[in-house]
Amino acid sequence: MSRRDRLSGNEAVAYAMKQIDPDVFAAFPITPSTEIPQYFAQYVANGQVNTEYVTVESEHSSMSTCIGAEAAGARAVTATSSAGLAYMYEMLYVAATSRLPITLACVNRTLTGPININNDHSDAMGARDSGWIQIYAENNQEAYDNYLQAMRIAETPDVRLPIMICQDGFITSHAVENILLEDDAAVKAFVGEYRPEAALIGRESPLAVGPYDTCPYCMEHKVMEAEAMKNAKRAILDVAADFERTFGRKYGFFEEYRMEDAEVALVLIGSTAGTAKACVEDLRAKGIKAGLIKLRVFRPFPMEEIARALAHVKACAVMDKCEGNSACGGPLFAEVRSACYDLPDRPKLINVVYGLAGRDCPVTDIERVYRHLMRILETGETGPLYIHMGQRTAEEEVL
Amino acid sequence: MPYNHKEELSKPERFVGGHRLCAGCGAGIVARAMTRALDEGDKAVICNATGCVEVSTFTYPYTSWEDSYIHSAFENAAATCGGVEAAFNVLKRKGKMDGANYKFLVLGGDGGTYDIGFQSLSGAMERGHDMTYFCYDNEAYMNTGIQRSGSTPRFANATTTPVGSASTGKKQNKKDLTAIMVAHGIPYAAQTTFIGNFKDLHEKAHRAIYTPGPAFVNVMAPCPRGWQYSAEMLPEICRLAVETCVWPLYEVIEGRWYLNYMPKKKLPVEEFLKTQGRFRHMFKPGNEWTIEEAQKYVDTKWEDLLEKCGRDSLTAIR
Repeated sequence: MSRRDRLSGNEAVAYAMKQIDPDVFAAFPITPSTEIPQYFAQYVANGQVNTEYVTVESEHSSMSTCIGAEAAGARAVTATSSAGLAYMYEMLYVAATSRLPITLACVNRTLTGPININNDHSDAMGARDSGWIQIYAENNQEAYDNYLQAMRIAETPDVRLPIMICQDGFITSHAVENILLEDDAAVKAFVGEYRPEAALIGRESPLAVGPYDTCPYCMEHKVMEAEAMKNAKRAILDVAADFERTFGRKYGFFEEYRMEDAEVALVLIGSTAGTAKACVEDLRAKGIKAGLIKLRVFRPFPMEEIARALAHVKACAVMDKCEGNSACGGPLFAEVRSACYDLPDRPKLINVVYGLAGRDCPVTDIERVYRHLMRILETGETGPLYIHMGQRTAEEEVL
Repeated sequence: MPYNHKEELSKPERFVGGHRLCAGCGAGIVARAMTRALDEGDKAVICNATGCVEVSTFTYPYTSWEDSYIHSAFENAAATCGGVEAAFNVLKRKGKMDGANYKFLVLGGDGGTYDIGFQSLSGAMERGHDMTYFCYDNEAYMNTGIQRSGSTPRFANATTTPVGSASTGKKQNKKDLTAIMVAHGIPYAAQTTFIGNFKDLHEKAHRAIYTPGPAFVNVMAPCPRGWQYSAEMLPEICRLAVETCVWPLYEVIEGRWYLNYMPKKKLPVEEFLKTQGRFRHMFKPGNEWTIEEAQKYVDTKWEDLLEKCGRDSLTAIR
């Protein structure tokens, strides 16, 4: 039986961890993810979990500890944000190429420079090519549900890749919402036991991990990893289907909101989807055919599926909560625009970079984007492709 | 049980030949000695920092290690090992282990130990993981081509501290890492190298591995490329390091310092320096002061060590 409770996003993820009772938790604090290891420490102190809780001296060591533990045949988890994820960067690649299905709760916060503790997606986007599966949440319920699905996806034998379960710092991590929590027993049954094919300890034969990989072999290993990421697409849908059968909540690569007849649409990630949905309803009431795609899975990127979902749309704004510093748009824009290339009749596409370092994005801002798309339809002119929205001075705004 | 050289060498090798380390390299001897110090029947996981040993002993698809082995990066061998040890503890608690006795050994060079891996090592020692960290100290970044490290002694010629008309090599003295490890309050720390029939190395490795909790063994492991000597000189260089007190043999058990070897007659530091090309410039006319400085440093450190060990404490625990 599910039960309803009031939890912050951080507590929801920590609670999911408690229910799963992972083997090893490598813990290091960083705002806004700090509460996750704190809640978990109390579970350890209360004897509510059987986990080895390793309080490391840095995020580099937390990822290294997870790598050692996972290679030893244990289920290893950690949590971090921003600079913490950046400090792990080297080890993120090692975890992925070593094919170790570690689970990382990423509470998205902007990368330092200058220091700022608020939300955007620059931390996780910086790790987008590291070989980690990335799943994002709109709200606390999704953060909880995504975490429950994480290990089954990552540990799928033909996937065996680490997974990042992302949520928006403060916006969902610290906001308290009413969510449904599942039974401990049901969660344990759904997640199952971790039974890796090989491990450093507890087996008849020894295992060697992390070779010096020479030119005649290394490329093959990289291609195997790339294939595993392709396989993750199927695993994500399989696990989501089983999750729906078990707990009744439906998930996919993305959520299509009022997309069936949409002429103007947004593609975005995370908590802004809630704001955008309210705006879609307002616009629909005024007769505007607005729609929204909320991307849940960024890695692997659901290229064909996104293209199909946008095939009938006339104008689309891809909203990046991350600056790409590419001089031509953010990372989500590059992916979505590329996905649409093979469509016979492509929508006009623009990129709106918004919400950097916690800059608020109210319904009125989202409405400006839809209105801009309507103008593009009226004039037939796409105008600037790469726009920043939400700056303090109105003169700097294109929209 | 007293050390029996013949018996120890007749045990099955756990670090086998075919690796690509240089002739006259000390690092391979450390690898062989530390695995030989494992009791037969006990299983082990070796966690290796990036460096000469890593790239030479686990070149895909070949490995020289009979035990389980993991390398993940340069600066994190201790943290990686902490993860393995944590996994062992929890899997054992959950009844998922095979009942074997496991030992967790870390092997890193001085770059991966004194410098880039120092934070990870310090953290792992402070947390008290049951592991033994072996440093093969060859006093520079040898794998990348003899760049200076925190362990490189003063006046050594390294590729980032080259000797020139305005330079007599490295300007700073060597970091005293063993003492820093002692300051962590770990139950066992020791310094050793290859002398005689490897008794000192073997006994310290065994004691470290079978001391519950974190242990650290610093092994002077010369490098023929970086130190510039011919392969057959390796044992003589190690002997002279000990006889000149450049590298004294001692161990610290539960905070108590024990000197393991007192030279009958402490040799002048030149005897050690002149065996190696990296110190050649110190013997040029006009550079006499460098040898004087080197001698002064060795004397100070040696007196300091005697103070810590107690002047008449040589009995140690033998």
